[in-house]
Amino acid sequence: MEKNSHLQPPLLEVVNLYTHFRTPRGIAHAVDGISFSLEQGQMLGIVGESGSGKSVLSRSIIDILSRDGSVAYKGQVIFEGRDLRSLSAREMRNVRGREIAMIFQDPMSSLNPVKKIGVQITEVLTKKCGFATGPARNRAAELLDSVGIADPERQLNNYPMHLSGGMRQRVAIAIALAGEPKLLIADEPTTALDVTIQGQILNLLQQLQRKNNMAIILITHDLGVVAGYADQVAVMYAGQIVEMCKTEELLSHPRMPYTEALMKSAPVLSAPPHSRLDTIPGLPPNLMDLPGGCRFHERCQYVQEKCREIMPKLESEKSSEHLYACWFPLNNGRPSS
Amino acid sequence: MTARPLLSVKDVTVEYSTEGGRFAAIQDINLDLNEGETLGLVGESGCGKSTTGRAILQLPKPTFGNVVFEDIELTELSHEEMRPIRRRLQIIFQDPVSSLNPRRKVKDIVAEPLAINGIGTREDREAKVRKVLKAVGVNPDISMDRRPHQFSGGQCQRICIARALIMEPKLIVCDEPVSALDVSVQAQILNLLEDMKEQYGLTLLFISHDLAVVKNISDRVAVMYLGKLCELAESQQIYNTPAHPYTAGLISAIPDVEAGKSQREEQEVLAGEIPSPLNPPSGCRFRTRCKYAQEKCTLETPELRAVRENHYVACHYPLLK
Repeated sequence: MEKNSHLQPPLLEVVNLYTHFRTPRGIAHAVDGISFSLEQGQMLGIVGESGSGKSVLSRSIIDILSRDGSVAYKGQVIFEGRDLRSLSAREMRNVRGREIAMIFQDPMSSLNPVKKIGVQITEVLTKKCGFATGPARNRAAELLDSVGIADPERQLNNYPMHLSGGMRQRVAIAIALAGEPKLLIADEPTTALDVTIQGQILNLLQQLQRKNNMAIILITHDLGVVAGYADQVAVMYAGQIVEMCKTEELLSHPRMPYTEALMKSAPVLSAPPHSRLDTIPGLPPNLMDLPGGCRFHERCQYVQEKCREIMPKLESEKSSEHLYACWFPLNNGRPSS
Repeated sequence: MTARPLLSVKDVTVEYSTEGGRFAAIQDINLDLNEGETLGLVGESGCGKSTTGRAILQLPKPTFGNVVFEDIELTELSHEEMRPIRRRLQIIFQDPVSSLNPRRKVKDIVAEPLAINGIGTREDREAKVRKVLKAVGVNPDISMDRRPHQFSGGQCQRICIARALIMEPKLIVCDEPVSALDVSVQAQILNLLEDMKEQYGLTLLFISHDLAVVKNISDRVAVMYLGKLCELAESQQIYNTPAHPYTAGLISAIPDVEAGKSQREEQEVLAGEIPSPLNPPSGCRFRTRCKYAQEKCTLETPELRAVRENHYVACHYPLLK
């Protein structure tokens, strides 16, 4: 692997992306000015609570949101030097599945219940990758094998209902891998699965990331999941990235009070029973009626006057890759003044 | 504690008939709940933890076995006889939004148990509703005349808790009460349950798939696998020194923020999948996924036995350090 990867342009670069939904009650600012980049072969975790915009962000990247005019985009999604926003619908179809693939939370609803698994995998191979029917079937069996499904030849003739939730997610991953994508977007891939199966699926994703040098965007509400797997983490709040850096750095030195509060509110195994949990007061803001200044200021225990008035930008201190959007970032758990 | 337990579950089996044949969703479950304690019940989907919770409430009645609550044998009671007991035996569910009637006002939802049981006048009931809403952290002045859709998931779960509390129950079965909530809201509800337990003198059966949540709230923890209990011990004990290989596997599978990346790479994940309950493995049901399984595990079903004081495990070769 090349060591000078930072000299190459990043695999994916999202520049000032806005995704707004027009609704009868107003405009929902689901993704509101997001920029980040992702290198080849890296795993980026995107963490946030419901309504933070993490799923809309992923859908905006591969452009699968409704085309009925209710969605307004702004900004650029640059993948391998091309701006995906400028592609035609036909060109975009060739990007999806081939270069960028996606898996979803509920594997039952992302698979077709009335088609055999074999058909669903070979479909991608014949339509997108130019395989003939015979070789496609062999390749499909190989793919099932590579995601840890035993007896793949026989499984090709099964329907999704014959499989458990974990197996279905493996099939969904096999379909995603069929086009040998350079980027896999996994949107809460293990949320519907049991904890032991979750471990298996996450380990599988990590193996595939390393073996195929494939970049992964792992979207989850569970900081614990990204803690074990992601190289970098972005924390989202109310449509924006509020903190982003290497995973270890984020977990050991969170700068943004929201990140810290999120970490503290999850029960940890090392704490004794009946330990009082820290909570974040209030609720996330309404995406149609966002507060001025920092979007977290109404719930932040360190809030000051400046936070109510001016929105902080996602920036880092000199010579650091640790980005955060906060006027008074934490230093070892204490706010700076 | 030497006092009689508040609730005793003895050899309870619940069988269901399906197209694939008759199978036991839970088999020979034995549990005691002492007054004022929280017992956590954990396991993966399909292990029978919810069935156990519902069998206690006689929803449906267990196929075999006994459930004794406050010295009353519940399995022999008729529907009519069961009704007054349900006041003292409440349940809250996973999805707070779907367990509230969307067309009714919050004050009517919370007052309904009182109305059904014919308790108090309308004014009395309204006063009680106000009090209990305030206790669970919902402002009665704003919320009484609203409907469930005007509340967030966390607020709806508070309303569900208020509805359970208004009958002043002794025991609440909490079936995955925080699984549908965001982590910051989950913390609020867990803290609320602890407060309400104190304030109303409750005993809780806390059912969850999330071991970290269960550890936080429970005095004792029971682990289930494929319809059977495999381990039961005090909370700290079971997490520090799990004796059943399944419990150990579950604990190591929890993604933990503190453990981080370096530590995780040393852990192993439990291999394989949960077998079908229609055709469970012979002997120990966990043997197909257990790396310590030996011949005896195929031949003999391990019984739940004490390995230490207050630490019970159903395994022929428990992990004892």
